[in-house]
Amino acid sequence: MTTSTRDPNQAVYCHVIAAGDPWTYEIKQGQTLRIVDLEGNQAADTLFFDAKDPANRYSASDTIQRQGALYLSTGTTLYSQLGDSLLTIVADTCGRHDTLGGACSRESNTMRYAHEKEYMHACRDSFICGVHAFSPDLGKRDIAPNINFFMNVPVTPDGRLTFADGVSAPGYYVELIANRDVVCVISNCPQLNNPCNAYNPTPIEVIIWN
Amino acid sequence: MDLVINNSPQEALYTKHLTHAGMWSGVISRGKTLRLTDLIGGANVGVLLYNASVLTERYNLPDTLKGQHIFYLRHPYCLHSDMGRIIASITADTVGWHDTVCGCSDAKLVATKYGIKNYQTARNDWYRNARDCFLIELAKWGLGPRDLIPNLNLFSKVVSDEAGKLSFVSHHSKPKDHIDLRFEMDTLVVLNTCQHPLDPDPVYHPRDVKLEVFRSEPPRDTDLCRNSRPENQRAFRNTEDYNLLRS
Repeated sequence: MTTSTRDPNQAVYCHVIAAGDPWTYEIKQGQTLRIVDLEGNQAADTLFFDAKDPANRYSASDTIQRQGALYLSTGTTLYSQLGDSLLTIVADTCGRHDTLGGACSRESNTMRYAHEKEYMHACRDSFICGVHAFSPDLGKRDIAPNINFFMNVPVTPDGRLTFADGVSAPGYYVELIANRDVVCVISNCPQLNNPCNAYNPTPIEVIIWN
Repeated sequence: MDLVINNSPQEALYTKHLTHAGMWSGVISRGKTLRLTDLIGGANVGVLLYNASVLTERYNLPDTLKGQHIFYLRHPYCLHSDMGRIIASITADTVGWHDTVCGCSDAKLVATKYGIKNYQTARNDWYRNARDCFLIELAKWGLGPRDLIPNLNLFSKVVSDEAGKLSFVSHHSKPKDHIDLRFEMDTLVVLNTCQHPLDPDPVYHPRDVKLEVFRSEPPRDTDLCRNSRPENQRAFRNTEDYNLLRS
């Protein structure tokens, strides 16, 4: 748990992402992004891309491998699949964030829950809109396993993986400093079939400082 | 743990022996099984999987884990695509634990861990890394860095403690250990035998691995992999619908 002294009144950008919506924004090298879980237990599914080379995108496995640990928190550096440092977490009042659980899709909802759930809004649809806002040349191919800020997916020593109740609460936040120019794409998760959003998707806030 | 040894009496349609940091890629159609055998012990095989007809559909680490509530792979689990379908089923496995979260080595990791041995001085005993091996084989199918995804690390075991800290388990796979992947859709398989990125062994030593491809029976209603989870039953239905519409 690491708090931040940054003052939102000094921020250069502030936006509330409504429940279920995508958001795409460029964060310049040296800028700090804060993501706030306004009402608690809301999964913020997040992708990062090198702003100059979208193929150089956030990689869950490179990040896990380099820190030798599964969960993300203060001190974690987020790596790309080409081995570059994209951002570093500099404050975190939640304590740990998931990067194994990925994003929901309408297709994976049929696998996980029931074929009748196929119509329900899902993160991948938001991600497709979100990456198109970055570049119309991007698509599903560019959507790799993401970060789930504020989500709790514990792994046990005997290798089981569970979706537990959230460890987040209203007002909890995570802050990241950009180590190069990056584009952030967030899907504010609309999932209604598991406890990742406490069965009630809610808004999150993004704040950027120079 | 169920360790299943399927001593198939039939002859392999195809056999390939990989030595050094061996690389291989090829399309294996639905209804065939790839058997990988660790010939020496301590092997690691990095594997990427793509739908051979629609290359944007690929192995998906999160759906494979969360669909089966697991952190590692073994029989009778299945390998899920990013479209709610099954790419392959693990129909036999003498190892019992295969990593899929730690990714692959790159040039910097290999140079740091083993030192530098270049082609100019060592010829074909030079040190290679898994990411470059993947990119070389991917390029032959029109794929590139955009198509790098979290890979399988077959034969390697990595465990997590309660805090999420990872530990590599050395000497996990024994000589002649093998795993069978039965393909449920036509699949582009891209693999190499570079060592696991978290293997603390300071000696550069990719192990010899044998590839064999056999014909396999279609999965029955009683198939162990299909019935290992309700999620897998639904994903098999999605896969069979997909194959039905294509055939």
